[in-house]
Amino acid sequence: MKKTFKIGGIHPDDSKISSNAAVEQMPVGAEVCISMAQHLGAPATPVVSVGDKVKVGQVIGEPAGFISGFVHASASGTVKAVEPRPDILGNPVPHVVITVEGDEWEEGIVLANDPVPVPELSREEIIDRIRRAGVVGLGGASFPTHVKLNPPKEKKAEVLILNGTECEPFITSDDRLMRERPTGILTGAAIIMKALGVDLCYVGIEENKPEAIASMTEAAKNCSGIVIVKLAKKYPQGGEKQLIDAITGRQVPSGALPIDVGAVVQNVATAYAVYEAVCKNKPLISNIVTISGHSLASQHNYEVRIGTPVSSILEYAGVTLGDNVKVLSGGPMMGRCVSNPGATTVKANGAFTILTESETKRGVESACIRCAKCAAACPMGLEPWLLSRLFRAGDRNDELEKERVFDCIECGCCQFTCPANIPLLDSIRLGKADVMKIIRSRAK
Amino acid sequence: MSKLLISPSPHVHSVHSTRSLMRDVLIALCPAVIVSILLYGLPFVLILAVSIGASVLTEYLIERYILGRESTVSDFSAAVTGCLLALNLPPCAPWWIAVVGSVFAIGVVKMTFGGLGQNIFNPAIAARVFLLVSFPVIMTDWAVPDAFSGATPLGAIAEGGAAPVPGFKELFLYKVGGSAGEASALALLAGFVYLLVRRVITVTIPVAVLGTVAVFSGILHIVNPELYTGPLFNLFNGGLLLGAIFMATDYVTSPMTVKGQIIFGAGIGLITMLIRYFGAYPEGVSFAILIMNCTVPLINKYCKPRRFGEVRK
Amino acid sequence: MLKTILLTAVCLLVLGLFFAVVLYYVARKFKVEEDPRIDTVESIMPGANCGGCGFAGCRSFAENVVKAPDMKGFFCPVGGNATMEKVAAALGRAVEAGTPKVAVVRCNGGCDNRARTNVYDGSSSCRVSASLYGGDTDCRYGCLGLGDCVSACKFDAIHIDPQTHIARVDDEKCTSCGACVKACPKGVIELRDKGFKNRRVYVSCVNRDKGALTRKACSVGCIGCGKCTKVCPFEAITVKDNVAYIDYTKCKLCRKCYDACPTKAIQAVNFPKPVIIKQDEENV
Repeated sequence: MKKTFKIGGIHPDDSKISSNAAVEQMPVGAEVCISMAQHLGAPATPVVSVGDKVKVGQVIGEPAGFISGFVHASASGTVKAVEPRPDILGNPVPHVVITVEGDEWEEGIVLANDPVPVPELSREEIIDRIRRAGVVGLGGASFPTHVKLNPPKEKKAEVLILNGTECEPFITSDDRLMRERPTGILTGAAIIMKALGVDLCYVGIEENKPEAIASMTEAAKNCSGIVIVKLAKKYPQGGEKQLIDAITGRQVPSGALPIDVGAVVQNVATAYAVYEAVCKNKPLISNIVTISGHSLASQHNYEVRIGTPVSSILEYAGVTLGDNVKVLSGGPMMGRCVSNPGATTVKANGAFTILTESETKRGVESACIRCAKCAAACPMGLEPWLLSRLFRAGDRNDELEKERVFDCIECGCCQFTCPANIPLLDSIRLGKADVMKIIRSRAK
Repeated sequence: MSKLLISPSPHVHSVHSTRSLMRDVLIALCPAVIVSILLYGLPFVLILAVSIGASVLTEYLIERYILGRESTVSDFSAAVTGCLLALNLPPCAPWWIAVVGSVFAIGVVKMTFGGLGQNIFNPAIAARVFLLVSFPVIMTDWAVPDAFSGATPLGAIAEGGAAPVPGFKELFLYKVGGSAGEASALALLAGFVYLLVRRVITVTIPVAVLGTVAVFSGILHIVNPELYTGPLFNLFNGGLLLGAIFMATDYVTSPMTVKGQIIFGAGIGLITMLIRYFGAYPEGVSFAILIMNCTVPLINKYCKPRRFGEVRK
Repeated sequence: MLKTILLTAVCLLVLGLFFAVVLYYVARKFKVEEDPRIDTVESIMPGANCGGCGFAGCRSFAENVVKAPDMKGFFCPVGGNATMEKVAAALGRAVEAGTPKVAVVRCNGGCDNRARTNVYDGSSSCRVSASLYGGDTDCRYGCLGLGDCVSACKFDAIHIDPQTHIARVDDEKCTSCGACVKACPKGVIELRDKGFKNRRVYVSCVNRDKGALTRKACSVGCIGCGKCTKVCPFEAITVKDNVAYIDYTKCKLCRKCYDACPTKAIQAVNFPKPVIIKQDEENV
């Protein structure tokens, strides 16, 4: 029996049609526009002004709080503007705009692709290098990695789990990374293990990526304490709590963090970024982005400098957008719609999925037939039909809290599976927001 | 600039729709329907056509002219009710019985509560019980065109006769007598397998019903084989399979969690056997399902799914 | 036969008497002393239970107003002054007249004025859309037209105009209970003085972007140019965050600002012809 999480889950068509497109370097454009809000927490404070000359890898934004992060120039050139610009959803966010001139890198960054041995560093030095390189969780949440590697004193990490599940349909950037750069990922894993003081690391990979499993298993032969775990294909296996359950059998209690069951989860791409930061002194200035969709003539995996406009990536991939097309940042289950293609990429952008109207258009809502498919699909063991009904009735926050609406991970399984096309998650998300607000105000 | 489509996640949807689920139920009923047509011929075809037609028409007229909303007959739920009702009637019942039953099922049991998803009782079962208590003679007249049968095996026992011992092969493949849908256990099981494969229903409720019946009758049969019929006889006789597979699993009127479904199924099995052994009626599946339908809101309230991260007590 | 009927009747009679006595004593014993004026006040109230007064419903309003020493802070927007006079009379108090108000939608960005730049396909709820992104136009502030106010209104007084896809208030039906104001995630709706003969002058825009951005997104947006503040003789207009606001307590309805506004973001409604400009006639 292959390992997987125990409660709920669904099996959407995985559409990994871009898995055979090798990672290609996308050339830097004429301008990069770098967001200061690329991590969870406070946006970074810009430390350059208009007219400044910057090099690749130079710090252009400094953290504005404990949960915040460094931001670096992803191209060399002159700072053209420091101003709020709309992000992919049209909301204004502070940006640093750089007119690209040449490709000049900061001193001390190792550019060669050859593997570099891990330097002899203390735990604190490792975490500081990761912090200075602006590494954030690349699984989607963009949580600053150095914060995650600094658990509270009274909590002890026992195991590191690398997330190579990539359970979202279409996305293949982690798959390509695991196939092409397994040594870097595993070196990064070893560094994180050292920083956490653990000697066991599991890498969870879903069975629909046999090449990635093979290449990682091969590379892991030289590493002690790293185990590659083949997982059954089931969405949302990449959810932190689900992955810990699948691999260790431990379930993170409601309201608790993975560290409470002794686990720390990192994405494989994050591990690779850690390797580059610590061994090559290279900050996080580029990432691998999948451009995929059944309607596209060709599928791509590009390594893209952060701050590249989405529209130019699509143009480079030969995509022309018509009306009523959906461009998603991420995959079809949890991805967010791009409403402003002129906006630029951020660290956690792992894919842009293009769906046609017929693939994505929502059906007409009809009455709930109480089939309970949503409850069977919910990986958190909730009852989405009930939560949605309570929210729609209005003013039922007490009951919503009792039904644990705050446990919802917004994976979308319920809405995916609902035969009556009820927008369950739309309602639950708002109900969750309301209840979280009440809980937070109570804590004060 | 192109106008992009925007919505919150998720952006894709499973292939299931209310319509496709109901269509699958209709397909799953096909084997049973075909067997009944082969056995009973034209009279049953008439009953089937009238039931489905009257159910769909009733729903259409009520939604269109009384509720003034868009008709939902295209979701096939009324057709499923009509088809199930036909299978629950004596195969050669007069046609107006089907009309009365359909109007009651859709008009009273389903639409007065607000239509699909809101009803407390399974419409087809409620209609069958309504007909059974209103027209007891017609509803227990199992006469068939060839006139080769009178009482059903269950009826014979209830009247104090000795259990006729038909070969169980005969019971399993097909038999004459009883409601139209009771004819062939094999056909019903084929429909069950289809529903499972298409993931329309799960095994929980049918297994709970049949398991309870088997265990309960098994124990009593061992205690006193003279008085109590055995598990195999009880499983394959009467409307148990039809009820357990197609009526007890009705989404709207069954519980939402596995725990709740086990309680629900076990309750149906137990009540059925109590009525069969000790009640005045020879058959108790319909009553059992109706009684357990009443408990569904309560079961839903107290049987919560196992939450992620909850410590097992 | 007769015996049976008699027996039944006697039994029922005895039972009836017995329970009547029990009920009588239970009612006496558990009687809650309540100010009878609460019932009186409640009967005067409109009974809409809309919560516009700030209390949970008409009963709650009555309980609180009876307890309070005077009428300060109590006003039923639905019943208005007439109801408040009756309530005050019932309680033997003096009444302070409130000015009647009406809900005003401060957005005129219909399809002709504000181009749609994407197609929204989520739940038909302003809150869902607003929590997701800026909206289906380049203006992130205006009416989304998905009708959260419509479902919040208990008086059928606000609707989405089928032509403009913008919410519109029916002045006659609006009781200024404020439910729509709370329901609107964009804060577009405001309660303003109903005005003499229903005449009102207000800035029909809440876009806080800089003028150039506003103008690009919408042809009737307030660009914060400040021309209106200069012509206003009563200092009723202020410009804050690139958007003008007319203080209805100071406005004397002279309409100088209306004439001065370069984008026609200022609306003057229900004035006699020839200057009668109604929201819906503007775009004809």
